[in-house]
Amino acid sequence: MKHVLAVLVEDKPGVLTRVAGLFSRRGFNIDNIAVGETVSPGISRMTITVEGSETIVEQVVKQLHKLVNVIKVSNLSDEPSVMRELMLIKVNAEVGSRSDIQQIVETFRGKVVDVSPESMIIEVTGNEEKMEAIKLLLQHHGIKEIVRTGKVALLRGSKITREN
Amino acid sequence: MKKKMINGASMIISALQKEGVDTVFGYPGGAVLPLYDRLYDSSLRHILVRHEQAAVHAADGYARVTGKPGVVFATSGPGATNLVTGIANAFMDSVPMVLITGQVPSGFIGTDAFQEADITGITLPVTKHNYLVKNAKQLPSILSEAFYLASTGRRGPVLIDVPKDVFDQEAPFEYSVECEIPGYNPTYDGHAGQISRAVKAIRDSRKPVIFGGGGLIRSGAASALEELAEKARIPVILSLMGLGAYPGDRELFLGMPGMHGSITANYALSEADLIIATGVRFDDRVTGKLDSFARNAKIVHIDIDPAEIGKNVKIDVPIVGDVKTVLEAILKKLQPGDTAEWLQQIENWQKQNPMPGALQSSGNTVKPQYVIRELSRLCGENTVVATDVGQHQMWAAQHFIIREPQAFLTSGGLGTMGYGFPAAIGAKFAAPDKRVVCITGDGSFQMNIQELATAVNNELDITIAIINNSYLGMVRQWQDIFYDKRYAYTLLEGSPDFVKVAEAYGAKGMRAGDDQEATEAIEQAIQEKGPVVIDFVVEQEENVYPMVAPNRPINDIIIGGER
Repeated sequence: MKHVLAVLVEDKPGVLTRVAGLFSRRGFNIDNIAVGETVSPGISRMTITVEGSETIVEQVVKQLHKLVNVIKVSNLSDEPSVMRELMLIKVNAEVGSRSDIQQIVETFRGKVVDVSPESMIIEVTGNEEKMEAIKLLLQHHGIKEIVRTGKVALLRGSKITREN
Repeated sequence: MKKKMINGASMIISALQKEGVDTVFGYPGGAVLPLYDRLYDSSLRHILVRHEQAAVHAADGYARVTGKPGVVFATSGPGATNLVTGIANAFMDSVPMVLITGQVPSGFIGTDAFQEADITGITLPVTKHNYLVKNAKQLPSILSEAFYLASTGRRGPVLIDVPKDVFDQEAPFEYSVECEIPGYNPTYDGHAGQISRAVKAIRDSRKPVIFGGGGLIRSGAASALEELAEKARIPVILSLMGLGAYPGDRELFLGMPGMHGSITANYALSEADLIIATGVRFDDRVTGKLDSFARNAKIVHIDIDPAEIGKNVKIDVPIVGDVKTVLEAILKKLQPGDTAEWLQQIENWQKQNPMPGALQSSGNTVKPQYVIRELSRLCGENTVVATDVGQHQMWAAQHFIIREPQAFLTSGGLGTMGYGFPAAIGAKFAAPDKRVVCITGDGSFQMNIQELATAVNNELDITIAIINNSYLGMVRQWQDIFYDKRYAYTLLEGSPDFVKVAEAYGAKGMRAGDDQEATEAIEQAIQEKGPVVIDFVVEQEENVYPMVAPNRPINDIIIGGER
């Protein structure tokens, strides 16, 4: 099963290396990771998606806690939360196929952010299933390149993940 | 008021003094020169070793005996990389330590400068935490954090890498031993509800055992453990790292469990209905095949490191906390169960299964087990034993009676050959009034034999007992049992005459080839001043028994040929 962890860390040099190193040396698999600032100065938030059983994820959480620069770890998969990812797709777009692509993009509430004579770049946000679905539909036009940010997530409602 | 400005090197010396450090183990070099220059004028004692790895092992021995962090200085590049094995060793065995390495000047970092190595990168997986100092302003808080981290929670090594220019930089110095780290809050008191569950489990158990490890020693829990064992009449099994936490000559002591553990300890763990695991981590050498381990037992696990609980073995009553604090809380509510029948069963096992291999030998060799037993008998109490790694280590664990915590120093987790002798040196500095014995092998001793110079130079009374079988004995034993006696490169041909080596360094050397010579050599050596090397020429192909093959149930025991 996939688990999404919110990890609050001190914004210090090497902290990403420490987290990544922990995953590789203990044989845990990172599906994806996204890092950015928080409302508290000096504290960054990592959103890490890991694949593994309950026991493995429990170990991941405990081992992350042992890193001195890690302040808090919460498993967002335990509670209702909003999860989003942003993807940019560069797709072949000859004159004849543009309207079809446009339609797909609208259906997924995506955006065309760049157009050239042979290709378009499409921006789409959403959850994992939505990403997969749009990829599938655009495939026959010829996807040239994809880039994804990795998942970010927040708990639903007024509850927040804070450092203390 | 304007704060006093001092340079980075002076800050380090002052901080060490404020932290109560009196001894530093180290080896100077280019990048660490400014620090050594400050050290030269200070009241700190510096022990010059002959290889940086020995500095870490000596600091490790010092830390295990005193309970305080060991301190190491080394230079950049090769100086720092030579520390790595010792750091990994201390990390695996949770030994408090602060290491300060010089680094190339800030402006040269990342340029592959002369003697540059990314030591914070290299030691990241084997330190509790580490720091690369960017400027002298950061030093006071980093030093204070380093000592706090090393000596609290689950102990461990912390490394501080200091670029050469930072040693010379001036900044205001204000030092506080207390510090707060947002992401670091070890739990000391156990959860009250879980403690009650543990108390009930003890009350209801008919076949309990206490299984204790290194955590007992680090937390100073020996007397709490003793009280629990004796009030509730519960037998005690100690892991290699836990030896000494309960007196080895008591009736309730069953020995070490696992691969070379006592038969009774392994039977007791397999048959118990309750295991009170204290400061242990259920290492594979202890559990054997995991699915068969302690199938009948409810397990209470007390440990300061939450990540150890449930890591290898499923736990019924997890208690995160300091072992001593938690045991004392349990003692307050203790209701002993009836263990009489169980103790009778254990006594029967003990009678039927004595530790094999105490035979006296004939001819011109001596049995290694005999040597260890004689060392144990003649050294007596008030002795610190440091071992290396291999057969002699297991024989020492089986046959040397350890009565006190902090009296048995061994490389448990990493299994580092070369650990024992420098650790014995550190121990002698830590406890000059104690007798210090290093039990080593002909292989292990040669991994840090150069430290004879350190021992001679400092006139350290250390008895170095080489269990010399001319083999890399434990590896040969595995080849004997699992590789059809194909002794691939385990015969240590070409080793030097250890008596002459000792003499060349200015130490005393002796050789013992039979039982009588062995006893006499030990009697003489422990009276001598300065280091004494005894070369015990032991039976070459003696194996360590009992033995549980790797990944087999621990009650599936190979007894070996003779008793």
